[in-house]
Amino acid sequence: MSLTSLSLTELRQKLTTKEISAADLVRDVASTIEARNPVLGAYLTWDLDAALKEAETADLTQPLGGLPIAIKDNINVEGQPCTCGSKILAENYTAPYTATAIQNLRQAGAIPFGRLNMDEFAMGSSTENSALGVTRNPAALDRIPGGSSGGSASSVAGGIALAALGSDTGGSIRQPAALCGCVGMKPTYGRVSRFGLIAFASSLDQIGPITRSVADAALLTNHLCGFDPRDSTSLKESVPDFTAVLGRDIKGLRIGLPKEYFIDGLHPDVEASVRKGIAKLEALGAHIEEISLPHTEAGVATYYVLAPAEASANLARFDGVRYGHRSSSANDLMEHYLKSRSEGFGPEVKRRILLGTYVLSSGYYDAYYLQAQKARTLIRDDFTKAFEKVDVIVSPTSPTPAHKLGELIGDPLQAYLEDVFTIPANLAGLPAISVPCGTIAHEGANLPVGLQFITKALDEATLFQAAHAFEVG
Amino acid sequence: MSAHSIDIHRVAKLARLELSDDEATHYAAQLHRVLDHMDTLAKLDLSGVEPTSHALPVYDVVRPDEARPGFSQAQALSNAPKSVLDQFQIPKVIE
Repeated sequence: MSLTSLSLTELRQKLTTKEISAADLVRDVASTIEARNPVLGAYLTWDLDAALKEAETADLTQPLGGLPIAIKDNINVEGQPCTCGSKILAENYTAPYTATAIQNLRQAGAIPFGRLNMDEFAMGSSTENSALGVTRNPAALDRIPGGSSGGSASSVAGGIALAALGSDTGGSIRQPAALCGCVGMKPTYGRVSRFGLIAFASSLDQIGPITRSVADAALLTNHLCGFDPRDSTSLKESVPDFTAVLGRDIKGLRIGLPKEYFIDGLHPDVEASVRKGIAKLEALGAHIEEISLPHTEAGVATYYVLAPAEASANLARFDGVRYGHRSSSANDLMEHYLKSRSEGFGPEVKRRILLGTYVLSSGYYDAYYLQAQKARTLIRDDFTKAFEKVDVIVSPTSPTPAHKLGELIGDPLQAYLEDVFTIPANLAGLPAISVPCGTIAHEGANLPVGLQFITKALDEATLFQAAHAFEVG
Repeated sequence: MSAHSIDIHRVAKLARLELSDDEATHYAAQLHRVLDHMDTLAKLDLSGVEPTSHALPVYDVVRPDEARPGFSQAQALSNAPKSVLDQFQIPKVIE
C-alpha cells in the first residue's frame, strides 16, 4: 500500500519512530506521481533530486518534519519553475526567491515537492484555462477538477500528493476541493503572507491548504499563518494552535443558512446532499437557523469588476523586459509590449485584462469600479450583521457538480456565475472551508459535493471545530 | 442586444494587447454580456455607502527607511529574456 493514503499525522508518527525516512516518503510520492500523473495531469513538473536533497536535512523533530507538500504553480520556490499555468512564464522563468508561506512550511520541516497545474494566473474555475495541459477530476476522468487550484485538488483527491497548497481569490481552493472530494481552506485575508504568491487580485488573494482531512488542513494552516513585514496587508495577530479544537463537539453552536444561497440555479441533487449534511450538523447538537445575506446576488458582479481591475494592474508587470516571454518580431517598444503580451497570455487572461482595463478607464471608473467597491461594503456588512446572530454560516460550496471537460468553454458569464457561493467570503476577507458532503449519481458518475463553512474574520478555530465535527460525526 | 458599446481596440491598446479583428469581435461580444450582468450594481442603493478597497482595516503600513538586503544585479537579471552590459535590454527608443 502506498504511503500516500495515510494522513499527515499518521505519516509523522512513522517518521518520528523511524519506521520510514523522509526520503522513503518522497520516493513513494514520486512513484505514485509517475504512475498516475499521466492520466490526472495534476502536476506540471516535479524535481525529485531537489526534494531528496531536502529530505536529507529536513528536521524531523518539527511538526511537519519530512512531509512533502505539493505546491500550486503560482507560489515561488527559489530555483524552481513558477509558470502560473501560462506560456508567458513557461519558457524561461526560474523563481529567484522563495515565498514566505514556503519558508514557513520549511521551517516546520516540510519539503515543497512538485508544481501543480492551475487556470492561467488563477483565472478560472476549471483548470481548463491552463496553457500547459489538461487536469482531470479523479472522481470522473472526463470531468473538470474545478479551479483555479485544480492541480492541487486533483493531486490530493487522486492520491498523488499528501497535501497541497492552493490560492483562493474567488473560491479557487474551496471549489476544486468540493468538486474533487477533498478539504480546501481559505484563511482570513491577511493571515497568510502573499509575499511570493504571484498576484492576481491583491485585495482578495489568499494562500491555503488542500488536504484529505480537516485535521491535515488545521495542521498545515498552523504553519502557513503569521505576520510578515514583506506583505503590507499581513495581520499582526497571534496564531492559535488550530489542531487544539479538533474533537470538540458543536452542541449549541449557532449555524446560519443564508436563504439567498438556496436558489434556482442550485442543482437539486447538490441541494439534497447539502440538506442531509445540515441535518447531520443538527443531529450533532448545532442550532440551525435561517439567516439573510441580502446582497449575495450582487457578489458576482462586484467580484468580476474588482478582481479583473486589480488583475489588469498586477499583470502590467509582464512586459517582456524583466522576465517572461519576449516577442522576437517587434520593431519598436510599443510593438514589443503588444506582441510579447499578446503572444504570452491566453484567452481568459486577455478577457479579464480587457474587462479590468475597461472598468478602470476614464469615464467608467465611477460607474463600475467605485460602484463595486461600495457594493463590497454592503456584502461585508451583511456578514457582520449575520455574525451577530450565528457563529458559523453553512452553504453549498458550488451550485453544480463537476462539469464535463469543455462544457463551459465559450460561455464565460455562465462560468463566472457558478462562483456565487464562494466569492462573498473573499470580498469580506473571511475564512472559509469546503468539506466533502457525500456524492451524487449524475450522468453515470458519482460526483463529490462540498459543504462550505464560513466564520467571522480570524475565527479559524471555530471553522475547524465545526468542519471537523461534521467530518467525523 | 447589449446596452453597452466598448471601443475594444482602444481598451486593448490601453492594456497593451494586440487583437486580431476576429478576436476583437469575439471579446467585445463576451464583454458586453458580462457588462450587462454588471448592471445589477446600478440597481443597488449605494447612496452614503463608503467604498471598501480592503476587507480588513490595515492602513498606512510603513517600515523604517533603512537599507535592507535585496536582489543582486545577477539575480535581478537572471530571468531577463535579453540583457546587455548587466542591464535589461529593450528595443531602441531614441533614434
